Order: sequence, then structure tokens, then C-alpha cells
Amino acid sequence: MRFVSSFVSEVAAVGDEIHVPISSDADIVIARQQGRALAERIGFAGGNLAVVATAISEVARNIVEYAKRGEIVLKPVNQGGRQGLTVMARDQGPGIPDIALAMQDGYSTAKGLGLGLPGARRLMDEFEIISKVGRGTTVTMKKWVR
Amino acid sequence: MLVPILKQRDFLIATIQSALTDDDLLQLRDDLAERVGRCRSRGVIVDVTVLDVMDSFAARTLRALAHMVGLRGARTVIVGIQPEVAFAMVQLGLTLGDVETALDLEEGIELLQKRTKRSAHRGG
Amino acid sequence: MRSNEGRLQDSVEQPPSESTSDLLKELVAHLRENRTQLREDWARRITESRLLTAMTREEIFAEATAVYDNYVTVLETGSVEVLEAYARDLSERIIPRGVEVHEVLGIVLLLRDVLARSLFVKYQSEPPLLSRALDVYEPAANRIATTVAVGFVQERERIIRQQQEAIRELSTPVLQVRERLLILPIIGVIDPQRARQITEQLLRGIRANRAKVVVIDITGVPTVDSAVANRMVQTVDASRLMGATVIVTGLSPEIAQTLVTIGVDLSRMRTVGDLQGGIEEAERLLGYKVIREETEEESEEEEPEATT
Repeated sequence: MRFVSSFVSEVAAVGDEIHVPISSDADIVIARQQGRALAERIGFAGGNLAVVATAISEVARNIVEYAKRGEIVLKPVNQGGRQGLTVMARDQGPGIPDIALAMQDGYSTAKGLGLGLPGARRLMDEFEIISKVGRGTTVTMKKWVR
Repeated sequence: MLVPILKQRDFLIATIQSALTDDDLLQLRDDLAERVGRCRSRGVIVDVTVLDVMDSFAARTLRALAHMVGLRGARTVIVGIQPEVAFAMVQLGLTLGDVETALDLEEGIELLQKRTKRSAHRGG
Repeated sequence: MRSNEGRLQDSVEQPPSESTSDLLKELVAHLRENRTQLREDWARRITESRLLTAMTREEIFAEATAVYDNYVTVLETGSVEVLEAYARDLSERIIPRGVEVHEVLGIVLLLRDVLARSLFVKYQSEPPLLSRALDVYEPAANRIATTVAVGFVQERERIIRQQQEAIRELSTPVLQVRERLLILPIIGVIDPQRARQITEQLLRGIRANRAKVVVIDITGVPTVDSAVANRMVQTVDASRLMGATVIVTGLSPEIAQTLVTIGVDLSRMRTVGDLQGGIEEAERLLGYKVIREETEEESEEEEPEATT
């Protein structure tokens, strides 16, 4: 399944990294398409491509809904012979007061049942979240090609 | 209207043709609900064959779509969820709730016909 | 001038980067002008070192031409993208010929040496200039060698992974026994990766066979922990998202208990005692009439129901 990728004038590649600015729901689509393309180049295939793209979609939407703007950084990673993809979702939004609560399934502050963060964690192999109220949130997650 | 909606007798068939943003999905939901009312359709098929990702928002919106369409007396069937997408969805923990699914358009129409048969006879 | 540090400050007026880039241009021009000779030297060295034995002399020379020009271009531009594309291209062309890592690295290092010698010869009458030329050349040449080697290894790993996947697919049994009916017998203990692969294959099989019913038989599965049980439930759910009805057969009381313990609603899942029963149930769902006569021969007649 191939899409005609939307024209991405703002997506910047710095060396191996891809930065996708997030400020609208259209950017969520761009982020996951870029993520999917990069994942494929790294060697992901089949169901895991959809898994990675879905996880990116979830965290990108989190940015749009709670922080209004932020960025997604996609980077290939190589560790001990294993190839993988790192996804960082950064924002300078309100921050999450209770991370444990936010990571519980079914928790959401707006727009009904959101699966965003706990869902993304389930999809990826490694997941880390740092958040400070008033400063912002950074989610870092990794998936390995297997 | 981003997603073409075709009328096939009593049914409406919405075939998604490219990646949809959140707003596009909401638009589809509202368009279909409106059309069902206007055309008095008894069934709706949403063809998602082309989607390579179904995230929590998409699943929520499709459930809401089915609910709204149901309030207007019609059934909804989602068709064309691809293997990789289904795989990712269950890992994420997504469910479409009570919304029925079928393999493809042909199966979806057959299912809708089965589901709407009885009510046709009841009406006389 | 601090010649013993190997780094030279030219006249103070010229910023070092500018004269470095001029020197680079000079090197590249030299390597291009002399390409015919240098290529031949290189090809000869390759043969002498008994590398690329899988290839004929003509093939080696043909490859040498393309590789040489790319090499010089990478030296010239210093671009990471060009370098990686070059490494990928080289790997893709060479791996199918059965070339080994040490050969690839070997020929790249030989080229590095041939070019370095050429620079020696060119600047040998001016040691300070030679030193600077090597300062420019060596890091670039070494980066090329490293990138090519790493690229080669990655490409090889990718191919091996693909082959492993292919082998595993061949050994995963998703059986089509009737139209629109798939059977998946699961035997033994399954690790997470294999489980994932089986699931994906089942889902692709549902699409390819337009399966309406899937019978998953777990008679051959000895024990199930909550992780395995979860994966099973996921497989069932994913199949249903594709419009297939799933029947699970061979559910032992122990496994049923595990499923209940992890919170699976067994009433959500169609279960039948054994595989045969499951297949019959599937056939009923598909509209086949199964008629069994109690004679010595069992005969089955099937007539699909007419569907509107």
C-alpha cells in the first residue's frame, strides 16, 4: 500500500535524524508516513511497519491534543548489531502532573477514551517518558528489527 | 468531500482512497450520518483497504460513526482491514466494539444484506 | 612551523580550511587524471591478493571502473549520503556474487593503498606538502573503508534475516482445507517471535484465501502462560477484524483455566473440544451440509447452501 506522500517542505533531515514539526492533525499523518518510510529503510517489514507507524501516530496526536505543538524526531539506531528505530516526541506543553495515572489504560483528560501513551508503550520495545508540569514532555521509544 | 460515497440501492459505500487526517475522518463521519438520514439508507460500508494505519482516533471515530448511523436506523460494516493493520491494532489493544467487520466489499455487502433482510420483511 | 606535529600552518593570511579544500581539489584532479593507470594497478593488486575469486578478470575490471569513479567522487564531496549510497550499491552488486566481507574490505583497502602510493609519488619531493595531502586523504579514505564494511555487513544481515523469515514461513502450517476455511494447528512451545510470525502469516492467509472461518487447534500446545494466552487472544481478535470467524479447538481444562485467570471472556471465543469437531462446526458455518452415514465407509456429502 503506497500513498502519494504529502509535500513535506518542513521536514528536516539532520544527518540520520528526521524532524517533523507537529502542530496540527495533518502533521500526525506526515510523522507516521515518514516514520514508516524510515522504518522500512532500516529493515522493518510486515506487521511491524504498521506497529511503528501506529505508535508514532499515538504520540504525535498526544502532542496535538495536550501541548498544541511539538516535534517528532525519528532516528535509526544500531546497538550490538541490532538495528532499530528511535522515536522521540517532544513538546513544551503543560506537562503531565501524574505520569503513572496517564500511563494507565483508559485514562484521558479530554476527548473520550484515549489509548495514546499506554498504547504506544505496548507497541514499542522500549519506552521512556519524562514530563514536568509547566515545562513539557518528552517521550522516547525504540523498536528493534527482529 | 474527500471520501467518495456511493449509493447502491439501500446501502451507502464510502471508499477511503488515501491517508486521512483526524479532521477528514470526522468529516466522513458527519457526511455519512447526514447522507444516511437523507437517503434513508439501511446500511453503510466503510472501506478502509487503503489505510495502512488504524490508530485509536480512527477506531473511536469509526465506532462513533456506526453509532450515529445506527441512530438513523442503519447498520455499519467496516471492510478491508489489512493483515498488518489488524496485527498492529490488537497489539495496541484497539477494539471496534460492536461494529461489524468483513474481509472486503463483496463480503461486506453480503453481510449487510443478511443483517437487513429481516427488517425488510417485517416492514412488509 | 611545527612539522613534528604533522600539522602545518601555512602563511598566516590563508585560513587553513581554504587551502585544505584547494589541496583536496588538487588530489581529486590527480586521481581523476591518472584513473586508467591507477585502476589497472588496483585490479592487478586484487588479482594478486587472490580476492574476488568468484569473479573473472573482466568482471573485476568492470567493477573496478565503477567503484573507482565513485570512490573519487566521495573523496571529493565528502557527502555522507553519497557515501552510504555508494556502500549500499557496492554491497547489492557484490553480495549476490558470493563475495565475503574480508574481500570487500580487502579491495577497498587496496584501492586506498594504490591511491595513497600515487600521492606519495606525486608529492615525494615536498615532504610538508605530502604530509598535508595525507592529512586530507587518510581520514576520508578510512571513512570510506569503514562505511563500506559496515554497509556490507548490514546488507548481509538483512539478507540473512529475509532468508530466515522465508524458511520460517515455509514451516508454518496455515492449511486451506476447503474454500474459505483455514486451519492452523499449533504444536509445541512457541516463542514470541515465532508467535508473531505465525499470526502474521495467518492474517495474510485470511486475505489470500478469503477465509471466512479459521480453526486454530491448540491440542499440541502443552502449557500456556499469560503471555502466550494474550498472544492467542490477539490472534483471534485480529482474525475477527478481518471478518473471519475463529474456532479454537483442543482447549485443555488447564489452558482454559489460564485464559479465565488472565481475564479472557471464553464466551467471546468459539471453542470446540477437538479438531474434527471444529472443522465440522466450521463447515456448518460455511453452509456445507455434513452427512455422515453409519456404514463401514464414512462418506461425506457437501452441498453449499445457496446464498443470495
